[in-house]
Amino acid sequence: MYSEKVMDHFRNPRNQGKLEDADGVGTAGNPICGDVMRFYIKVRNGKIIKTGWETFGCAAAIATSSALSEMITGKSLEEARKVTREAIAEYLGGLPPIKKHCTSLALEALKKAIKNYEEAGK
Amino acid sequence: MIYLDHAATTPVRKEVLEAVTEAFEIFGNPSSLHAAGTKAREAVEESRETLARALRCSPEEVVFTSGGTEANNLALKGLPERGHVLVSSIEHPSVLEPAGSLEKLGFEVERIPVDRFGLVDPERVAEMIRKDTVLVSVMHANNEIGTVQPVREIGKVCRDSGVLLHVDAVQTFGKIEVDPKRMNADLVSVSSHKIYGPKGVGALFVREGVKLKPLLSGGGQERGLRSGTENVQGIVGFAKAAELAVAEMETESRRLERLRDRLISGLSEIPDSFLNGHPKKRLPNNAHFCFRFIEGESAVLMLSEEGIMVSTASACSSRKLEPSHVLRAIGLRREEAHGSVRYTLGLGNTKEQVEKAIEATERVVEKLREISPFKGKW
Repeated sequence: MYSEKVMDHFRNPRNQGKLEDADGVGTAGNPICGDVMRFYIKVRNGKIIKTGWETFGCAAAIATSSALSEMITGKSLEEARKVTREAIAEYLGGLPPIKKHCTSLALEALKKAIKNYEEAGK
Repeated sequence: MIYLDHAATTPVRKEVLEAVTEAFEIFGNPSSLHAAGTKAREAVEESRETLARALRCSPEEVVFTSGGTEANNLALKGLPERGHVLVSSIEHPSVLEPAGSLEKLGFEVERIPVDRFGLVDPERVAEMIRKDTVLVSVMHANNEIGTVQPVREIGKVCRDSGVLLHVDAVQTFGKIEVDPKRMNADLVSVSSHKIYGPKGVGALFVREGVKLKPLLSGGGQERGLRSGTENVQGIVGFAKAAELAVAEMETESRRLERLRDRLISGLSEIPDSFLNGHPKKRLPNNAHFCFRFIEGESAVLMLSEEGIMVSTASACSSRKLEPSHVLRAIGLRREEAHGSVRYTLGLGNTKEQVEKAIEATERVVEKLREISPFKGKW
């Protein structure tokens, strides 16, 4: 059902965990629907230097969170904002069509975290 | 590998494999008049007699089908006259979907509610039966949560009102007594691959005198109820599996019950977990749990990595992304229904395997809860 890359991220999630000193936090999803993702980012000079996440959901949701965290760490906020659903799916070697919504959820959580950081700085 | 998904399917047991292999030498068409055909006919009819003994009915009441799904479809879509049909709200999709097709044909279909254990109340069935009710369909035991229904009492209600009762006994046949006459059932579905027989074969018990329309027409096999050349090898294997399952039922079910009870007590120790289904009135081999704050599909895949094969009815595992209708019917909150895991024991399982499954579940639940944003509360 899942690609080897999805299973690898599921087995060995990268950057998993809460960042106690996060500069921005964003949560997307609803436990009633079965998926909740929370992203934590640490930002220095417009760059995401550290990412953390917590996810309640299926293997695809966990793998997507892990993949996105890897894709954005070390990137500028601008670059992070430009990550697309398709890019995450491609990074994971493809996702079953029914699981594609996981990528929207991850991006939503990330964008909320960036917004949270930017608003806190104002 | 520790296989704890016997409600999904079972491996073909050695004795059955031998019987099937031998039956592959029979190649004749049971409908042919010559000696090769006669041999095949004999194999089918002997198997029918074996099934009849297992179901304590007459061979004429056994109709072979391609499996439980076809048996359930035949029981519902085979109804000759339109009317009102009652089905329990926790039936298998192979009953609920045909019930939906009946609605399109002008039948009126109502769902019988269940309590929080998944039990149907026979008195409720009596209240819901109308003058134009033609059929009640209640499964013997639920495939997800394992609750065993009071089918005999439901059967009595149906008999008293002159309404046909269909019982989907796919999960109970070979595990607890399935006696259509004692259940007062008119139609009973059973399947081969749940009892260590081959896939692709099952049967519908059709009580003498009950009229059904066939789903498949053609050569008129199975007393006209199921046209198509008989699956001789499948039927022989099914009969062998049924014979063994029924003969070993008492001792094996008692053994499974002990394993199940240990599994239930072990899993109950995991914080924020609870058992689904009835604590006592349940299949001897079924333990069904919800683990809060985690999602069932991840749990199943992570347990699979640990060599433990179990199943889930979580929304993420389904094609519709909807939590199981069974878990919703027993009143589970959606977020809790997402964390369901089903363990179903069988022949090969041992006490040691059960202990390993409990330990692995503890590890997996803990690991997923570490990942989850919900820590001890939603």
